[in-house]
Amino acid sequence: MPTAGRRACWATTPTPEASASVTWFLDNLSYIRGLAWRHLWLSVLPVALGFVIAVPIGWYAARSRRIGGALLTIGSLVYTIPSLPLLVIIPGLLGTSFLDPTNVVLVLTIYAVAVMLRSAADGFASVPRAVVDAARASGYARWQQVLLVELPLAGPVLLAGVRVVSVSTVSLVTIAPLIGVANLGSLFTDGFQRYFTTEIIIGVLCVVVLALVLDLLWVLIGRLAMPWLRVSTR
Amino acid sequence: MSVFSQAMSWLSDGAHWQGDDGFPHRIAQHVGYTALTVAIATAIAVPLGLWIGHTGRLRGLAVAVTGALRALPTLGLLTLMVLWRGIGLTPPTIALVVLAIPPLLAGAYAGLESVDRATVDAARAIGMTEWQVLGRVEIPLAMPLILGGIRSAVLQVVATATIAAYIGLGGLGRYLIDGLAVRDYPQMLAGSLVIVVLALVLDGCFAVLQRVLSPQR
Repeated sequence: MPTAGRRACWATTPTPEASASVTWFLDNLSYIRGLAWRHLWLSVLPVALGFVIAVPIGWYAARSRRIGGALLTIGSLVYTIPSLPLLVIIPGLLGTSFLDPTNVVLVLTIYAVAVMLRSAADGFASVPRAVVDAARASGYARWQQVLLVELPLAGPVLLAGVRVVSVSTVSLVTIAPLIGVANLGSLFTDGFQRYFTTEIIIGVLCVVVLALVLDLLWVLIGRLAMPWLRVSTR
Repeated sequence: MSVFSQAMSWLSDGAHWQGDDGFPHRIAQHVGYTALTVAIATAIAVPLGLWIGHTGRLRGLAVAVTGALRALPTLGLLTLMVLWRGIGLTPPTIALVVLAIPPLLAGAYAGLESVDRATVDAARAIGMTEWQVLGRVEIPLAMPLILGGIRSAVLQVVATATIAAYIGLGGLGRYLIDGLAVRDYPQMLAGSLVIVVLALVLDGCFAVLQRVLSPQR
């Protein structure tokens, strides 16, 4: 499909379908932009919240074998729960309104924590013991060892976790329109009800582009936060 | 908690346990779709993954394709398939197979890659043919990861088959979609709880299978 779009832009004689798609896209640009913004915050918020929650738990899981193992087991069990049923169960548990976007953010945050927990635990476990001991020997306080030594060294693994979660969250958000929370996935339900293939294809493209843009954003943030990696990789 | 007690009474109502809309039939459908889809996807992805893992060819392509397929929104693929191929069992099955391939492929090639190269060389050195190396050394040693791939594919399909109720597939997702249409929250909740239990039970079965079939304890 991207070739169809490119043809419409560059070729001298665009195919009728391709130009119709582009026309529909341009005609509905403000509608799609509104959906994309909702989609963006519905995906970024869970990833950010998941990171903030999973990093401390992952740090703890890396330190204590027994409780850590139990936490990781709980995380993988949570991840086996299918998403649509969880979206239905959460409002019942919390007493929130069924159509409340909070439910979507909460469910996606739960999955984000479940996935990032493992990468956070792996990241902190990969920090060499000797480096932490050296930091302590040179007079770093406990919190300084964690924040200034362990966290930066676990950084690349944490970033990899964030990127995986970000891609899957952007794609997972698209089922929220089934329970009435609009986002780019609404292009699928709307296109399906109207038997309008163009709308669904444009929806898929928008979701994939949004996932890529967010991924680039995380890479950029990672480069700014961990400038030393640019030197070590080539 | 009153919604949960309503869902429980919905669940325990004998009328919901018989006929085409009853739980036994819906569970059988759901498990049936899952088995069919995973069987087709395994027949495609596992031999391919084993070939990639054994020869080391096309590895970069396999990583890229599995990554790209994971980014593909499920609901978009499902609705597109129906508009292209019409209502019926075929469109959701194709979509479910496509979505089940990445974990299976990844499990198979990562499984073979996890096998110690020295072990494989030793097998060759004692005169095993390439097929014997694959069948008697690599596959048994890779079994836990291959099974892990099948396990994630099964869970993925159980979840996606639920969503496929939106495009007219039967199975347990019907309770969610039909319940939503008439704003019957207890029905949706009851259906959701059954799906969660089904997913956890299937996951548990695979956990046991993985433990039994792994070569080293």
